[in-house]
Formats: sequence, C-alpha cells, structure tokens
Amino acid sequence: MAAIELTGLSTVYPNGVRAVDDLDLSIDDGEFFALLGPSGCGKTTLLRTIAGLERSSSGTISLGGGDVTRTDVGKRGVAMVFQDYALFPHMTVAQNIAYPLRVRRASKQAQQDAASTTSAGLGLAELLERRPAQLSGGQQQRVALARAIAMEAQVLLLDEPLSNLDARLRLEARTFLKRLQRELGLTTVFVTHDQAEALALADRIAVMADGRIRQLGTPKDVFQRPADTFVANFIGSTPMNLLTGTAHDGFVEVAGARLASPDLSLADGTKVVAGIRPEYLAPAAEGITGTVSIVENLGVTSLVTLECPGDVLVGLTVPEHEEPRVGTAMTAAPAPGRLLVYDAETTRLL
Amino acid sequence: MSAATNRTRDTSGLGVARAVAFVSPALLLIGLFLVFPALWTIYIGLTNYTLTGPASVAPAFVGLENFLGALDDALFGNALWLTLVFVLGSAVLGQNLLGFGLAWVLRSAKPVVRRVVEALVLLAWILPSVVVAYLWTAVLDRDGGTLNALLGNESTAWLVEYPMASLIVFNTWRGTAFSMMLYSSALAAVPPSQLETARTVGASGWQTVRDIVFPHIRGHVLTNTLLISLWTANDFTPFLLTAGGPNHESETLPVFIYQQAITNGELGYSAAISFLLLIVNLVVALLYLLLLRRRS
Ligand SMILES: Nc1ncnc2c1ncn2[C@@H]1O[C@H](COP(=O)(O)OP(=O)(O)OP(=O)(O)O)[C@@H](O)[C@H]1O
Ligand SMILES: [Mg+2]
Repeated sequence: MAAIELTGLSTVYPNGVRAVDDLDLSIDDGEFFALLGPSGCGKTTLLRTIAGLERSSSGTISLGGGDVTRTDVGKRGVAMVFQDYALFPHMTVAQNIAYPLRVRRASKQAQQDAASTTSAGLGLAELLERRPAQLSGGQQQRVALARAIAMEAQVLLLDEPLSNLDARLRLEARTFLKRLQRELGLTTVFVTHDQAEALALADRIAVMADGRIRQLGTPKDVFQRPADTFVANFIGSTPMNLLTGTAHDGFVEVAGARLASPDLSLADGTKVVAGIRPEYLAPAAEGITGTVSIVENLGVTSLVTLECPGDVLVGLTVPEHEEPRVGTAMTAAPAPGRLLVYDAETTRLL
Repeated sequence: MSAATNRTRDTSGLGVARAVAFVSPALLLIGLFLVFPALWTIYIGLTNYTLTGPASVAPAFVGLENFLGALDDALFGNALWLTLVFVLGSAVLGQNLLGFGLAWVLRSAKPVVRRVVEALVLLAWILPSVVVAYLWTAVLDRDGGTLNALLGNESTAWLVEYPMASLIVFNTWRGTAFSMMLYSSALAAVPPSQLETARTVGASGWQTVRDIVFPHIRGHVLTNTLLISLWTANDFTPFLLTAGGPNHESETLPVFIYQQAITNGELGYSAAISFLLLIVNLVVALLYLLLLRRRS
C-alpha cells in the first residue's frame, strides 16, 4: 500500500503523440482514484506509464515515497488488470490466481493457499478448477482481480475494468468493486470513460483531456462545480445546458431571459457562458421561456427540451406525470445557487 | 473427400464427367511424375538392377535381399545415424531455437533493424543451393577461406576436420528463415496484454516464454518441427559441401543413396534404401500428427 506521486510527467509515443503532457498528480495511500475522460485523452497511457509498461519521456513517478521512474515493471510492485482481463487460457482459475506466486517460486502449498483465500473473498471458490473459457464475463473479471490481489502489490491499476460487462452486471460489479477496495484498503487507480462509474466509485476523480488534467476533485466537486465548460459538458448523465450570454450587474442575460447570478462583480456586458444542469431547472413563473419540442422518458423523470428565442435549446428534467405536451410554451428557472458562470473566452468557471 | 461422397453431393454442380475432365490433367501429371516413380522405386528395390554390367540389361527379381542387406551394411547404419544427428542438430535444435530466438528478439526491435535482419535471413533461404554451397566452401576452405582469414589461422580445413559440425552450422544458417517467419506470425497472435501481465508480476523472459508464450504456440512448434525435420532429412545439399566425406563421416542418407546409385551403380540397393527413407519420413510424420491430435 502506497501513495502515488507524479511530477511533471510526460509520455510521448515514437510517432510524436504527447499522450500524457506535463502532468502533476498525487494520489493518497488507500485512495480509490478515477481517471476519467473521453476516448484518446491519454488515460490508458497514464496508467501504463505508472505501471512502467510505457517509458515516461520526462518527469518522475514515486510509489510509497520511493522513486520508481526507472524501475523495471516487475519490480515496481504494481498490479494491473487489463480491459480484456488477460487471463491465461491454458491455466485453470487456481493457476491463474497463483501465477504471481509461481513466478516468485513460492511453494506449491503457498500457491494453493493464495488461490483459495483470494478466490473465497471474490466468490470464486467453486470455480478453481475451471479454465477461463468456461467462465462468464463477470467471473473472468473477478479472476483477473483475484490474480492482481494475489500479487500483494502496493498499488492496483484497473483499465476500464467494467466496460466488457453488460449494463446490469456492470452495476453489480461496481458495488462489488467498491466494497472490495474498502476491505483491502489498497491504493487503486481506475480508468473509465463512463462518468457515472467514476462518480459512483471514486474518492477523487481526475478529469482528463489531451493528456492533461482539467479538474481534480471529489465526485461532488466535479459534479456540482465543473471547473470549465469541457468538464461541465462531460460530467452528468444528461448534458449540462451551456448558454452563451452577457453578464450584467447581478444577473446574466441568456436565451432571452434574465437569470440571477452569483455575485462575481463582472463588468457590464462581459461575454459569459451560463451552465445549468437540467436537473436543477424547474418550471417557474419567471425565467427561460420556450416551446416544448422533445420529451424523453428517463424513468423517474423526463427530459424536456425547450426551443428558446435565438434557436437556443434548453434541457430540463421534470418528475414523472408532470410532462408538458409537445408544442406548448413553458417557463423554467434554475434552483437558487445552481447557476454556474463561465468565462466565454477561457471557458473557466468564474 | 472420397469419390463416392462427391458423386452423391456434387456440391459444385459440375456433373461427374466434367469434374473428372477438369482434374484429370493434374492427376495425370502427378501420376506420371510422382506416383509412378515412387512405385517404380519400390519395384527396383526388389531387383538387383545395376548401372552397368549384365544386371543393367536383365535385372533379376531378388525379393527382400536388398532390404536385408541394408540391415547388415555398416555404412547404412552410419548414414542413418548421421541423418539423425543432422536432423536433431540443425533442424530440431538449430533452426527451431535460432528461428524462435530471432522472432522473439525482433518483436521488440526497431523496425529498421527488424527489416534488415529479416532480409538477411531470408536471403540465406532463397538462394539456390549450388550458390550457397559454393559460398560456404569459400568461407570454410583451409587456404584463403574467409573464416580462417578472420580467425587469423591457416591450418584448419573445417569441412574435412569437422564435417558434421560444418554441415549442421550450414544447414541451421540456411533454413532458419522458415522457422523465424512461422514463429513471428505465431507470436503476433499471443495477446499483448497477457505478456504485459507476465511482466507486471515480474516474470523473467524465460518464465514468460515457458508459461505464457509456449502454450499459445505449441501447435506451431509441432508443425514447424515436423516440416523442417522432413526437409532436413531429405536434403541433398550436404553432398555439394562434403560429398559425404571424408571417409563417410558426413554421409547422410540422401548422400548415401546417391553414392550407392551413381558411384557404385547399385540401383536396386539404393532404391531399397530410398524406400526405407520414405518409411522413416512417414513414421516421423505420423508421430508428430499424433502429438498434434493429442493436443486438441
Ligand atoms: N502505441 C501507441 N503509439 C502511438 N500512439 C499511441 C499509442 N497508444 C496510444 N496512442 C495515442 O495516444 C493517445 C492516448 O491514447 P490512450 O490509449 O491513452 O487513450 P485513452 O484515454 O485510454 O482512450 P480510450 O478511452 O479510447 O481507451 C491517443 O491519441 C492515441 O492515438
Ligand atoms: Mg484506454
């Protein structure tokens, strides 16, 4: 178990792609940490660089206080679970789990013990004699986890551990993974492009884009106060409304409406982007008015899209049974304190 | 597929007559140049046919005499043993290990290095035997040979003093390309994430090959070993280097057969030995196939 410290870390591929770009990050001992970002932003590369599978071009990596930047992969004490699980097809589940011990030439007895104790904790005890091909996707994922745990590494790295599971199983595996991480108290970094997964599992999230971290914070921080419009757009199961407008003393003018804004003492007429989550918009007497154009059923709520003056589309969620009819007019206002104001030029939160 | 199932199914819808018409030229050629000579060899093997003398005009049927004679012939035993040494040394070990080693190392080499090495290895494989044999004679010659010049020694006649060792090194060099290419493509099919998992748990190169790579490519290893063993056992190029000498020290079976037939003129006897070589080939092939089948 160990903290991870990255300073000025860059990884450049031979073809010139800077997949990780001058990145500083510290992850605490025992933390469950998520790397979140769109496809191609460098999450996998960062994880592989921490593991030592890619060479960093500059910067340092330290694990548990010791510099491992130039340490061999096998000596870093880092366990990694790959997206395809990478189980050895010709070995039984027990042999797969015990493989890290076999590499260290542990006794047969020690290997068996490791396989049985680790597998018991992951509900695999019945499956020890099977081959990977005879397991379901969820079981394979747990075998891969068991093998990583059997390594008794300082740090556990997971690359999209849940993405090969179907939606239902993914929810179960998510709960399972969180409980397991709590029990082991193992510093864990996992990569995902699914914001819901990151919000649900992680103690802290780093949102990445183009090899850099855009925002670092707890799921609450990241969800409630996205640091820029990129993060705002990326986080949340329904996309945040980002409406361009201008700031005036104490309010912002967007989509033909004047909305109360936090006191930012902005110069009159400053170009801004107002960010409001559809969940924080509710029907009101005064506010943004538009014509209902689409109603999407989300289960407990429905997502209503309003067509506002100037061809601006605004989404809001309404409780079930309160859906407006398509074509009718509707007015909505943000919940107090839920309006975020971004600088239109820098896209940063003001 | 047998003729009977063809007739009942006729999957191509050609009609039997037309189908036969299509394949008959090929069958005719195969029959004329492969099947007939093979059967003819068996027949000659049962006679005392010679190159010159009365038996060349009117060979007599002698039954199994040639085969029984081979069992008593110390030179035949010698040739059999040398063939075994040649196959084990240059094919099963030499080409196999070197080919795998090159494929394994080149996997992570720079593309330029990879291309150059592959091209060189392939070159050794595609050059005609006569050219290659001449080049190696030039390398191994005692007087002015390249190897002696490099070593700064003037006294070793490699092909005379170490004929089998020279042949084994030569044939390893000559045939490694096939194993290298086969193993390259086999290795490409091993999932990288499994190799990387082995790396993260700290497996050494040897442990990775033994535990992860080998189980994936076992079928390729068997197939490759079968092919190169058979090719090596039947290879006649050694004749061009040492002609079996000195004093039968490098006389593998194909060379022995040639010597018996052409130098000694014993066509009947050499045909019988050829047949025995064929049997050895079949036995080896069957063994490998059995191993392959047991795997799956
Ligand atoms: N082996 C490689 N050689 C060259 N460029 C690469 C290599 N692997 C990845 N890249 C590039 O580096 C960038 C980051 O890739 P990476 O795989 O880290 O993204 P990711 O965030 O994991 O994406 P995804 O969510 O799709 O898995 C991409 O632009 C990609 O094209
Ligand atoms: Mg990835």
